[in-house]
Amino acid sequence: MPDANTHIEGAHVVDLAHDRDAITALIEQILGVAEQNGFGGSAAFAIRLAIEEAITNAFEHGHKGLSDDLTIRVEHRIEPGVFEFAVEDQGPGFQPSALPDPTLLENLSKPSGRGVMLMKAYMSEVSFNAQGNRVKMRYIAPSA
Amino acid sequence: MSESRLRLSENEGVTLVEFVDRNILDEANIQAINEEITGEIEKSDTPRLLISFSNVDHLSSAALGALITINNKIKEKAGELHLANIDPQIYEVFVITRLNKLFNIHDTTDEAREAFAN
Repeated sequence: MPDANTHIEGAHVVDLAHDRDAITALIEQILGVAEQNGFGGSAAFAIRLAIEEAITNAFEHGHKGLSDDLTIRVEHRIEPGVFEFAVEDQGPGFQPSALPDPTLLENLSKPSGRGVMLMKAYMSEVSFNAQGNRVKMRYIAPSA
Repeated sequence: MSESRLRLSENEGVTLVEFVDRNILDEANIQAINEEITGEIEKSDTPRLLISFSNVDHLSSAALGALITINNKIKEKAGELHLANIDPQIYEVFVITRLNKLFNIHDTTDEAREAFAN
């Protein structure tokens, strides 16, 4: 498993504001580079979903109750066959192990709590730092 | 009120809901969609909604959350919600989250229409 505390070596680093146009532009840019490196089709679907969930979690949950002016730090590095991505917010963090299982029958009708499970389902590796304010993901193409 | 992100049409007591956007991802957009559909639910004593995903390429867990909220509101009024035309990649998201067990999902809107009671 990747160590979420370790910054991704050689990554592009962006401090991202809570602005939908800026978020969309960054995601499209990342997906464009990913496609150039062979991540199309289901891989692109997986990467888009995981990035969206990580960024949404950072702003909506990580910065909940904090200033909307706070930025999150996004790191990404893409090479053929390997996509790495990290999101760090400036909030107090959370304990991902304390999240209830959203697939249990008693939780199916609850509207929240699926972001982390989707990241884990679609990425090859997902890890959080001890504080729980930084998530790091890696997607390895099946043929890599 | 911002521009609607939905196309609504009614046929034989069933309201068909279609999305304008191919990506249903960001919170503000999802909240607007949720409010607009909630408005439709509140108009009816027993709401009957058919949501088609025919134009949709991507959705997020926040969008799933909005669908669950809509489903809960319809159930409270003893109404019916059916979903149709879900892209296979998106259907996989429903399977992973087991929400395919919560929702009535059909391949086409025609099949969904036949599934409504009465």
